[in-house]
Amino acid sequence: MTFSPAPGAAPVTRMLLAQTAFETRLLLRNGEQLLLTAVIPALLLGLLAAVPVFDTDGYDRVDFLVPGILALAVMSTAFTSLAIATGYERRYGVLKRLAAAPLPRWSLLLSKALTMLVIEALQVLLVGGLGMALGWRPHGSVFAVVILVVAGTLAFAGLGLLMAGTLRAEATLAAANLVYLLLLVLGGAVIPLSQFPDGLQPVLAATPTGALAEGLRAVLADGAGVPWAAVGVLAAWAAAGMAAAARWFRWE
Amino acid sequence: MSSSPAVEIDGLVKRYGGRTAVAGLSLVVSPGAITAVLGPNGAGKTTTVECCEGYRRPDGGSVRVLGLDPHRDARELRPRVGVMLQEGAGLYPGARPRELLTHLARMYAHPLETGQLIEWLGLHDAERTPVRRLSGGERQRLALACALVGRPELVFLDEPTSGVDPAMRRSIWDLLSQLRADGVTVVLTTHLIDEAERIADQVAIIDDGRLVATGSPAELTSSDESTVQFTGPPRLNLSTLGDALPPDAVVRETAPGRYLVAGTVNPQLLATVASWCAAHDVLPEELQIGRRSLEDVFLELTGRRHA
Ligand SMILES: Nc1ncnc2c1ncn2[C@@H]1O[C@H](COP(=O)(O)OP(=O)(O)OP(=O)(O)O)[C@@H](O)[C@H]1O
Ligand SMILES: [Mg+2]
Repeated sequence: MTFSPAPGAAPVTRMLLAQTAFETRLLLRNGEQLLLTAVIPALLLGLLAAVPVFDTDGYDRVDFLVPGILALAVMSTAFTSLAIATGYERRYGVLKRLAAAPLPRWSLLLSKALTMLVIEALQVLLVGGLGMALGWRPHGSVFAVVILVVAGTLAFAGLGLLMAGTLRAEATLAAANLVYLLLLVLGGAVIPLSQFPDGLQPVLAATPTGALAEGLRAVLADGAGVPWAAVGVLAAWAAAGMAAAARWFRWE
Repeated sequence: MSSSPAVEIDGLVKRYGGRTAVAGLSLVVSPGAITAVLGPNGAGKTTTVECCEGYRRPDGGSVRVLGLDPHRDARELRPRVGVMLQEGAGLYPGARPRELLTHLARMYAHPLETGQLIEWLGLHDAERTPVRRLSGGERQRLALACALVGRPELVFLDEPTSGVDPAMRRSIWDLLSQLRADGVTVVLTTHLIDEAERIADQVAIIDDGRLVATGSPAELTSSDESTVQFTGPPRLNLSTLGDALPPDAVVRETAPGRYLVAGTVNPQLLATVASWCAAHDVLPEELQIGRRSLEDVFLELTGRRHA
């Protein structure tokens, strides 16, 4: 074998696709991440569809649950899983080391976004498939769902990266799980916001999870068009979170 | 091979908060050679190397790598420069060695064949073990492989052999010689004097953020000075011997019961040592005269402050 120098970067699209495939593979192999992104959403959907624990706001049980669980799935991937993975990548110097590789920083971020979209597509298949097995029939516009999911992903990703880039990895792990749990309960994913005190409802509806769950429900259960109010809330979170992450994220 | 320097550091200053980690260091690295940056803990080796890698911005002075600015020209430099971080940091903990190398290889135009690289570095048995379960030495070797896979013309290796067993250290030395033979410029940091002495073409001794000596191992050890060494009871009070010696000579206990006198060795010096021993009822066993080793030079340049 010769080590004689032959430097050169691969085409950027090849790096981008390689990085996306690699990160997706690592996530799909990680048991704790799968617990958050697949097992908990599927389990909650199955259990809550079978056992009438909560009131469902006048909707059919699965019609109410599927959009909420989809919102939970997006949060688990774009916020919790992203924050934890990135926090540990920062802690172990992975981000630092990658900065010395030819992959430009923007394409690292883009590949993380693509990775999340791949995982979310798998989650939609899982949750949608399980929902259909439980009698759910999708309505509404696919376009509106895609807009909501992308806006939600950006909103969660900004917050997840902000957390991962400023806190220690252990603190990120704890905080990301705590937020996941709180928003699971309070974000309208499985409990209708109408069950909470009147004063609290607008606050909860303005959380990314609240906006995404209500938006998806408006489309998938009520057959509404693009719920621009929800998209607006998510876009505002995305702008604030990304700006804060760009300002305070520390790569080392 | 062009003869312009591979790395040119000129008056580099780097501060962390109030403390100065690198204090006006200048160093020129010739292409195609192995340069060892040798220094004690906290000397500023990593800081210096990381300024060259573009991780840290100098507070003063300048750094040129392959004639380029590590920050402004980072994009152009990245494919040309291989990096191994200290302690083999930066490996995805959940990845396996082979898939990680294969992945990194995809980022380069003409990468090395990963299977061969794994063989070279003796990682065959560990190629499917997740990084987080690798031993320290395996992790080091994987990080080294990652630095090489893109076929760079220059590599910065921060302590490539720390935590590696002696046999593997030897094979890493062989690998480094092979790199040089193939025309790769190697800059490495180390605490190990024998490592620097054995494999480096150029040794840069740094201490306290400053370059205290540089040259080939032969240049560093050749001087009129040589040494007298002897063993005796540990913790002798050497102050009276120090006073009796000529001003250019120094004496130190290098290890318990091992003494080293460095200076211009002549019959008078030897007589001074012998009569001091007689006066103190010390039998100087294993008395010998020697040329200074790189270790002597290193300890003399960096050790006095710590002694
Ligand atoms: N990020 C940092 N913040 C504050 N101080 C730092 C930082 N990095 C290094 N230092 C300090 O700068 C000095 C030089 O550190 P550096 O890591 O460059 O030394 P080194 O020669 O590589 O040491 P070692 O052999 O232990 O790796 C040390 O005193 C260290 O404590
Ligand atoms: Mg160091």
